[in-house]
Amino acid sequence: MAAISREEVAHLARLSRLAVTEQELDTFAGQLDVILQSVARIGEVAATDIPPTSHSVPLTNVFRDDVVVPGLSQDAALSGAPDAEDGRFRVPRILDEEA
Amino acid sequence: MSDLTRLTAAELAATIASGDVSAVEVAQAHLDRIAAVDERVHAFLHVDTEGALAAARDVDAKRAAGEELGPLAGVPVAVKDILTTKGVPTTAASKILEGWRPPYDATIVERLRAAGTVMLGKTNMDEFAMGSSTEYSAYGPTNNPWDLGRIPGGSGGGSAAAIAAYEAPLAIGTDTGGSIRQPGAVTGTVGAKPTYGGTSRYGLIAFSSSLDTPGPCARTVHDAALLHSVIAGHDPRDSTSIPQQVPDVVAAARLGATGDLTGVKIGLVTEFGGEGAEPGVMAAYRDAVEALTKLGAEVVEISCPHFQYALPAYYLIAPSEASSNLARFDGVRFGLRAGDDGKHSLEEVMSLTREAGFGPEVKRRIILGTYALSSGYYDAYYGQAQKVRTLITRDFTSAFEQVDVLVSPTTPFVAFPFGSRTSDPYQMYLADLFTIPTNLYGGPAISVPCGLSEGLPVGLQIMAPTMADDRMYRVAAALESTVGVLTPPAL
Repeated sequence: MAAISREEVAHLARLSRLAVTEQELDTFAGQLDVILQSVARIGEVAATDIPPTSHSVPLTNVFRDDVVVPGLSQDAALSGAPDAEDGRFRVPRILDEEA
Repeated sequence: MSDLTRLTAAELAATIASGDVSAVEVAQAHLDRIAAVDERVHAFLHVDTEGALAAARDVDAKRAAGEELGPLAGVPVAVKDILTTKGVPTTAASKILEGWRPPYDATIVERLRAAGTVMLGKTNMDEFAMGSSTEYSAYGPTNNPWDLGRIPGGSGGGSAAAIAAYEAPLAIGTDTGGSIRQPGAVTGTVGAKPTYGGTSRYGLIAFSSSLDTPGPCARTVHDAALLHSVIAGHDPRDSTSIPQQVPDVVAAARLGATGDLTGVKIGLVTEFGGEGAEPGVMAAYRDAVEALTKLGAEVVEISCPHFQYALPAYYLIAPSEASSNLARFDGVRFGLRAGDDGKHSLEEVMSLTREAGFGPEVKRRIILGTYALSSGYYDAYYGQAQKVRTLITRDFTSAFEQVDVLVSPTTPFVAFPFGSRTSDPYQMYLADLFTIPTNLYGGPAISVPCGLSEGLPVGLQIMAPTMADDRMYRVAAALESTVGVLTPPAL
């Protein structure tokens, strides 16, 4: 298994929407390397004919009758949000003024 | 300390039902105990004094009115802070949810309330249930009541410590890789992971959805069974909930308490023969097996050759699911938002929020999961781990064709001092070596105290087939009938 580089950790952090510090990059690169070396044993189980199991319970779609039932009010749904405006979640601007 | 806090949940329920003591007195006794010791133990992140007393008053009023009460009515219970509680702070021990008060109850919490139990508050844990020592709580660690300088296990260290410190007779935990059983073992308490799908995950803040399983913590096997029977059962709001009748675990615990295991066949996992485990833990384990034999059980060795790959598989599957599940914590709908000063883009706000809100173990696992799922590594890591899951399930199926239950030590080592394993994450992960296979398989398992090593508790793990939770309770109660309930030093 390939070792994980500092640059690779930085790339993964960006993909994960995590703004990590320079110090964290150093720490995580070393620690993830140790973890990956330790879990690399999983490759010993050569098993092309083994079907994967994603879940211990067989999954099937569950449908309910299309009946209106009481749900959260708009106020309740917004109550835990860091910011709200006009009954909606408020997020930072993503377009420039001129866009 | 009030004697009421020393009673078992079953004794408390009977005393309240008889009218000898009120539910309010029982709740107050436990609140007083929390006030007296929790500064040192730090089992709780939030104590809901008013809510607890109101619930207790409600039970007393119903009893006075002659209403029929449930088997645990008026009994206090503590709830791991990863289950949503309406109007009561829920943080999953993370800064990213600091101050969040959910607008709804988890199904399990609903069932606890409907049963008339009295919720004392929310217990400490590793952040988002990621850890084996409760050292990764954003709000500081919980201390083990047996030795305040040692870890109480993780991730449900708060729930287990609350039980061991007599702050609550019952608690709810969640078990993704051993987070109920491992804290149970190192605090000398009973912790049970029910069959996956036997208890609802609705309202459980997801860490690894295919593994997370809520379950009971208690000081006795009978108490754990009573709590198990209250929270278990099909939930139509959870699509992974099994629509089957839950076995009668309370009757099984009572049967086991008679101390007769004649006709029960117990398998010892050959691969858990002691490598990597402390000698004192193995000695207590062997004594427990001998005790089970004396109770009439037949004991045989069973090989489960793929169990050795369970830990690596788990540490690829769980972070992969976590990296997906935790994407919802982006500063838009819950708790914390950082960088919202007009100078940062939405993407930067999300990244800064997650940087400020997540602790090191959570970040490490999100990055690891993203790596395991990424193109080029998916087949080698995540895909291979899912195949190992199939092989482990086959091992269990084969084993349960030969024996009724499997047993092993719950943990390889007793409670370790704080900080001794945090620098090397994989050394920390080894704490879950024996508990992880059942999570990958989905079956139930319980940890019950089986003795001491170096003056610290050791747990025996009993694993059973899927939806045969009653079997493990029977064997656990039988062992308890000979070993007894462990009593920690006075705080």
